[in-house]
Order: sequence, then structure tokens, then C-alpha cells
Amino acid sequence: MLKIADRTFRSRLFLGTGKFSSADTLKKAIQASGSEMITVALRRVDLNDPADDIMNVLDREKYLFLPNTSGARDAKEAVRLAKLARAAGSGNWLKLEVTPDPRTLLPDPIETLKATEQLVKEGFIVLPYINADPILALRLQDAGAAAVMPLGAPIGTNLGLITKFQVEIIIEQARVPVVVDAGLGAPSHAALAMEIGADAVLVNTAISVAGDPVKMAAAFAMAVEAGRAAYEAGLGRKSSEASASSPLSGLDFIKNV
Amino acid sequence: MKITCNGETREIIQNTTLVDFIRQMEIKPDTVVAECDGRIIKRDEYDTLVLQEGNVLELIRFVGGG
Repeated sequence: MLKIADRTFRSRLFLGTGKFSSADTLKKAIQASGSEMITVALRRVDLNDPADDIMNVLDREKYLFLPNTSGARDAKEAVRLAKLARAAGSGNWLKLEVTPDPRTLLPDPIETLKATEQLVKEGFIVLPYINADPILALRLQDAGAAAVMPLGAPIGTNLGLITKFQVEIIIEQARVPVVVDAGLGAPSHAALAMEIGADAVLVNTAISVAGDPVKMAAAFAMAVEAGRAAYEAGLGRKSSEASASSPLSGLDFIKNV
Repeated sequence: MKITCNGETREIIQNTTLVDFIRQMEIKPDTVVAECDGRIIKRDEYDTLVLQEGNVLELIRFVGGG
């Protein structure tokens, strides 16, 4: 079972809740995903639509809510959002996200490290979203991050695990769980991340914008389970030369004597 | 008197508490977190905090996000 900080999780699929077409679809997709960790963001209340509240449809008892600091451009803004999230009653868990560049949404490593150091001191359970940088992952782990969340590809791109080489190094070195976050666009991408030993994946866009988000959530759940089982089973070694699966002996009868 | 809430100017009467104002906005107080002039207001202060001219208020809540 996956353990992060003091919590255990049966499901290794974490689900983002953005961009769903309706609250009902979101609710059903969460159920189909089997996920126990759900990310949310913090935004101003829309004063013209004050009844619109995602928490109306989500069961706080059933899921661990992982608020993110999306929109933060530096450590200071991220810390402010973290404190607001905690005041909003989400507990100490936090997906730390510092993305100064709106075009790429790539995380700022220096500000992310700074914010992690501060938030850990203030008692937060910090899961930083990072570029797939093995050195940074080690620095964050040393700073007290409860997990690291390297990206597979930039947020919302559905490009898959284009950072596979670096993520493999992160996994090999990590003492904390590694959650591949962002860019996973298909169940096969999630399965690949799990096969190479990721502890979990976080998926949002690929599910929320699918033709049938509920079915896609179920597809990701199966892929994550398959990938994890394959990792535990142990993948065969790769080779550049063929190796026959069938016996090479006992073929005398078809050979011209 | 005037305050700013979520970037918009709002007219309120004297001695309006935070919880009064939130209700006037047709928001359930327990569904938001409030920040007044950069300070996070604890839920048990909503009833006692009297808004002042020029206060900058932010009412924040969870929304869908990844």
C-alpha cells in the first residue's frame, strides 16, 4: 500500500478536479477512478454566482483533499495560498505549485525549494510539483517534502512521459514517494510511469476533457493497477538482440538431411 | 462607506460585521475563507470583525483544479 506522510492509500491514482463539464460528471469520475486523493485549487468566490461551490459535491470524509497553490508565481504567493487553504479547513496537506510562466506552466525550482523549506517549518505536508530534475528532487526531500511530483510533460499537454529518463533517476534515488504529475494524456502513459516504479500518478486533463470522462477515469484506474503490478512482478531485461521464445533444439525433423 | 471585495467596490452601512457582509453577498459563511487587508480571518472572528472604510476583503473558496 502507498504511504505518504502518515496516510496510506489503496489507490495509486490521484485525481485533479479541474475542467470537468459538470459537478455530476466530476462526482462520477472520482468514483470510477477509485482515487482517494483529490486536488483542488483556491480562487476568489464569484460574487455573481455565490452558490457555485465544488465542496457541495465532494465528500470530505471520503477523500483526502490536496489543495494546490496554482496561480502562485513565487514562494511568497505560494505560502499565502497555502495558509488560505489551511484556513479553509483542508488540513496540512499541500500540493506546492509555483509556475511563473503562463505559457509553459513550468515550475520555478528555486522558489519551490524556498517555499518548501518555509512550509515544512510551519507544519505543512508538502508535495512539490517539479520539473523532472533529480538533483532538485533530492534537495526537496532533504528539505522535508513528503513526496516529490515530477512532471511527465507540461500541464494539460497530454504529451505523456517525455521525461522518462529523468523520472527513472528520481525514482532510483528517492526516499520519499514519487508521484508523476502533469502531462499524462492516456492510460498507457500512466501505466508506463507505474511500470518504471512511480509510486502514484496524478491525472486531471486527460480525464476531464475526454469524450466520456467517467469511462476514462476507469481506464486510468486499470492502467495504474496494471502498471504497478508489472513493476512488482519485475519487467524482463531489454536486449538489442533477439532471443527465441521457443526451444532451438528438436527441429531436426524439418531440416534437410 | 465603501470597501473592496474580490476586486469590486461595495457600499456597506456602518457596523457591518464580516459575517453580515458575507450573508448579504448570499454566500454561506462556512464555505469561504476570508482575508482582510492581507490578514486571514479565523472563522470565529467572522461574527465580531466590524468592517471599516477602505478595507480590502478577499473571499476565497476551493474550486476544481489539478
